Amino acid sequence: MAKTDYTYAVARIRFKETNLLSDSELEGLLSAKDAKEVVRVLKDKGWGDSSKDESYEQLISSEENKLWQFLSEIVPDKSVYAFLLVENDFHNLKVAVKAVTRDQKCDGMLLYNAVTKPELIVDAVSKREYDRLPDYLCGVCQDAMSTLLQTSDGQLCDIIIDKACLEYIYQLKKEADSDIVRLYCEQLVASSDIKIAVRCAKTKKSLDFIKRALAECDTLNVEKLALCASHGYDEIIEYLRETDYKSACDALESSLSAFEKWCDDRMTDVLRPQKWEPFSVGPVIGYIVAKLSEIKAVRMILSAKLNDLDSDVIRERLRKSYV
Amino acid sequence: MSEFFANNGGLFFALLGAAFATFFAGIGSAIGVGKAGIAAAGVLSEDPSKFGKVLIFQLLPATQGIYGLLVAFLIMSNVGIIGEPVEITVLQGLLYFAAALPIAFSGLFSAIHQGNCSVAAIGTVAKKEDQMGKALILPAMVETYAILALLISILAIFGIAAM
Repeated sequence: MAKTDYTYAVARIRFKETNLLSDSELEGLLSAKDAKEVVRVLKDKGWGDSSKDESYEQLISSEENKLWQFLSEIVPDKSVYAFLLVENDFHNLKVAVKAVTRDQKCDGMLLYNAVTKPELIVDAVSKREYDRLPDYLCGVCQDAMSTLLQTSDGQLCDIIIDKACLEYIYQLKKEADSDIVRLYCEQLVASSDIKIAVRCAKTKKSLDFIKRALAECDTLNVEKLALCASHGYDEIIEYLRETDYKSACDALESSLSAFEKWCDDRMTDVLRPQKWEPFSVGPVIGYIVAKLSEIKAVRMILSAKLNDLDSDVIRERLRKSYV
Repeated sequence: MSEFFANNGGLFFALLGAAFATFFAGIGSAIGVGKAGIAAAGVLSEDPSKFGKVLIFQLLPATQGIYGLLVAFLIMSNVGIIGEPVEITVLQGLLYFAAALPIAFSGLFSAIHQGNCSVAAIGTVAKKEDQMGKALILPAMVETYAILALLISILAIFGIAAM
């Protein structure tokens, strides 16, 4: 089968890359005197809708919507970047399952930038018509629903859905043609496993629980990680020193958010050379990840300005810029 | 049959050479120009003001097709398909066929790769407009090999005519 050519998409991405915020521009936002000034600078950069007076949340969500709208124009086949969206599907499933079993509404909690329409998920769950859901949601939905109805344990329900999400991302990794997609999926699953293991170790969860939560991946021995997590936090660090994640140990010892930053920065380093690929999907993935990271950074800066947080706290959490 | 071949084989091979030169160099140019055109359209949908710049990059791989046409035209005029009819032996016909091969194949591959290089250069101009000059040199380098092939094809055709 001929490889898909992304020449058109990459050419459009090349131009869009010039509008990404650089490190110095993010620093400028951080130095702004208040949130209003941040918004003014962002609007000058083309964020949001210039004709509307938007709230901070609207500004960010409109930028997210613009990103996915742009992607649907340049890469009509959504499956190419589905691995970046499926987490939202599983989030929507979680919301739907909990809302239906508790007889609540899911308004305002659904994420609309997803592979499967959130309305379909909510409707299928509420009518117990699981067959209407795509395969990757159908089985886990039944499992999560029956668990929640039988045990009323929300955490267990979350674990079932989160694990199914990671397993599906791992499956997408195996099916992917692109090295960069495989790498991204692997790191996503492995870093999630590490975070789960750390949280489980800190809350002293049982080995069975940990095994139930961790998803398979290629760069970690999940059995060993689960065993280490059941023995304690230090054992996890000791095990990670034998893996590809040994350089993450310092960050992990500092905090989970420092570890998340390490993961994002590592991904940015891996993605950066993709900027010079003229035909492959690499620059498209690189741009999506960079834009999502930029949106995350802006959200942090705006929150800091609105809550009078110290700039230094935010500065150390800002990720490396892709541009 | 062998008498028919002896009388017409020369003309047949010469025309086959002309067809090769046009066909393969033309295919290369069509692919190259097409690829560069896709990238150019992508840039223009974001910034229409770059039309003049990206058009130059799109046209770079078009030259191989023109070289193929030139070689085909020279062969056809030398063997009398255009202009005065000329008697062509089978050997001369085969030689004209061989003379067309450099531009046919060098044209095919150089145009495709020049197109790829143009796509990358269009990406450079989309990001850094002031780097137009440098970006233009890179795909233009590929042209060297099409020109060398054209030179050999033309020298061969004139050499055969003088034999």
